[in-house]
Amino acid sequence: MNIVVCVKQVPDTWAEKKLSDTDKTVDRENVDGVMNELDEYAVEEALRIKEALSSSGEGGGEVTILSMGPDKAVETIRKALSMGADKAVHLVDPGLHGSDALATSYALAKALGTIEHDLVILGVESTDARMSVVPAMLAERLGAAQLTFARKVEVDGSSVKIERMTDTGYDVVEGSTPAVVSVVEKINEPRYPSFKGIMAAKKKPLTTLTLADAGIEADKVGLGGSATEVAEFSARPPKQAGQIVKDEGDGGAKLAEFLATQKFI
Amino acid sequence: MAEVLVLVEHVDGAPKKVTFELLTLARSLGEPAAVFIGNGADNAKDKLAEYGATKIYVAGDGELDGFLVAPKAEVLAQVAQQAAPAAVLIPSTPEGKEVAARLAVKLDSGVITDAVGVEDGFVAKQSIFGGAFNVSSKVSKGTPIITVRPNSTAPEPSPAQPSEEQVSVSLSDAAKKAKVLDRITEKKGGRPELTEASIVVSGGRGLGEGKNFELIEKLADTIGAAVGASRAATDAGWYPHTNQVGQTGKTVSPQLYMAIGISGAIQHRAGMQTSKTIVAINKDPEAPIFELVDFGVVGDLFNVVPQLVDEIEKRK
Ligand SMILES: Cc1cc2nc3c(=O)[nH]c(=O)nc-3n(C[C@H](O)[C@H](O)[C@H](O)COP(=O)(O)OP(=O)(O)OC[C@H]3O[C@@H](n4cnc5c(N)ncnc54)[C@H](O)[C@@H]3O)c2cc1C
Ligand SMILES: Nc1ncnc2c1ncn2[C@@H]1O[C@H](COP(=O)(O)O)[C@@H](O)[C@H]1O
Repeated sequence: MNIVVCVKQVPDTWAEKKLSDTDKTVDRENVDGVMNELDEYAVEEALRIKEALSSSGEGGGEVTILSMGPDKAVETIRKALSMGADKAVHLVDPGLHGSDALATSYALAKALGTIEHDLVILGVESTDARMSVVPAMLAERLGAAQLTFARKVEVDGSSVKIERMTDTGYDVVEGSTPAVVSVVEKINEPRYPSFKGIMAAKKKPLTTLTLADAGIEADKVGLGGSATEVAEFSARPPKQAGQIVKDEGDGGAKLAEFLATQKFI
Repeated sequence: MAEVLVLVEHVDGAPKKVTFELLTLARSLGEPAAVFIGNGADNAKDKLAEYGATKIYVAGDGELDGFLVAPKAEVLAQVAQQAAPAAVLIPSTPEGKEVAARLAVKLDSGVITDAVGVEDGFVAKQSIFGGAFNVSSKVSKGTPIITVRPNSTAPEPSPAQPSEEQVSVSLSDAAKKAKVLDRITEKKGGRPELTEASIVVSGGRGLGEGKNFELIEKLADTIGAAVGASRAATDAGWYPHTNQVGQTGKTVSPQLYMAIGISGAIQHRAGMQTSKTIVAINKDPEAPIFELVDFGVVGDLFNVVPQLVDEIEKRK
């Protein structure tokens, strides 16, 4: 089974995220980048599926990392390789800058056309865009089974079964490969790259794709090819510091008093 | 005026509150037309009319429920191609966003998620990076597809006499690839729903053990709130994961959010930061949750919460 994991480099969770004044896109240059946290769970799940298959004698497939992003995204790709993925494809081209979700899913689908895959695994959401739409868009574009919001994945031959987290509990959903799976953080505990893994990652194959290499039409991606635009933005004025009291045996009463003045009780 | 399609979110036909919010919003933008997908449309019609739907599209084929997400997108695309609406509004729930995603690909149209308002010209208002920026966005290609967060608009009735149109669907093979084998409900009933509640009381690791969630439930019932939990609490099995608030749980935006024994990790904040008023009880004065609060009590929740409950009872 060949598995592709889509990983995205995002601004560090704790860094102050900014929008660029010039073109209103997320400022990725001036902040530290990290692998989108949920994508670590996606990489881990791919590795576990591969390991389970090979220990039951059905091995042979590869785990490939696919990332679209600026040069810097290589750091994130290396991290995924050092966790244990076999090879990577980096889709990088100045023409991609400013792509929205529709454009990103188009570009990723095109890049996936150059990689053999039975399963595509993603995180449910990126911490910067926070849209949670790329996995469903990819499934639509690839005509593949959409198995998203998984907290459990079971692969049996060409059948893939997941537990999908829902508003009220969970759904058991099944499809056949090729399938697109997105994972939540309940699914596993991602491994830390070992020293050996880090060293090995430096020698693993990393292919770079430009728009032309992937057959991507330039007018369908980037700021110009995107179907949404930010008209204006403003930083919200910082919230006024709240009132904080220390409980001297009257904390509950004071809180009740506050709630009463705000008319909640 | 062009139609503005609203995807009806419902449970066995009973529309959820967010549907009325979206219809109210749609009225300010064009002709609100409801799209009802699934079984039980007869239970919905009166309510949809009450909130101003001038047209109701009904796709009630039994097969629709057996597959994940894709059929809904296919029906919506079919209606959109026929009605040429000015926009499509969809509730910003995890599933709603996925329907919007697939619809966007089908219509080759832009999609905006998590709007907290939509203004003239379909300018969507969003609050991003945990509320640090307010953004106005527009769809520049195709039919605007906008998912709108629950609790963004106050629903107001405005009775109409809707016409009804049956949509006949024949699902493509591509829409039948993810088969739903079972739907399991784990939810605790009887309290307001998290995303719709105007008050949410959440408990975290500070509660120490699952049994102590009784304290949170008692407070919630006293004040008419929904109960939420941090990931630490759901992972420990103290409360169902369906009640998790945060990045990978639910996003809530109530009038009042009460964080009790919760430190305020960034992933938790991601789901509650846009609440109008925030209060916290935590014994650690350095807990990051205090950066967000309007009112905070530094103290032991096992002392503060019971006293709070008594005080609220007294004032009733
Ligand atoms: C990919 C990913 C996704 C995540 N998604 C989510 C999510 O959706 N939602 C979420 O909540 N978290 C999420 N997390 C986890 C998050 O990082 C934190 O670990 C979690 O929110 C911590 O929960 P907590 O505040 O209950 O526990 P802690 O951080 O342990 O905080 C407990 C707090 O209780 C206080 N306390 C202890 N005893 C008492 C007492 N007697 N009285 C008063 N106060 C007391 C302590 O001072 C402390 O501040 C995610 C993490 C990852 C990596
Ligand atoms: N530029 C990208 N490169 C690779 N994967 C991506 C990219 N953008 C999004 N993804 C994947 O899509 C998931 C959901 O992202 P989003 O829809 O933006 O919230 C992420 O967790 C990634 O797995």
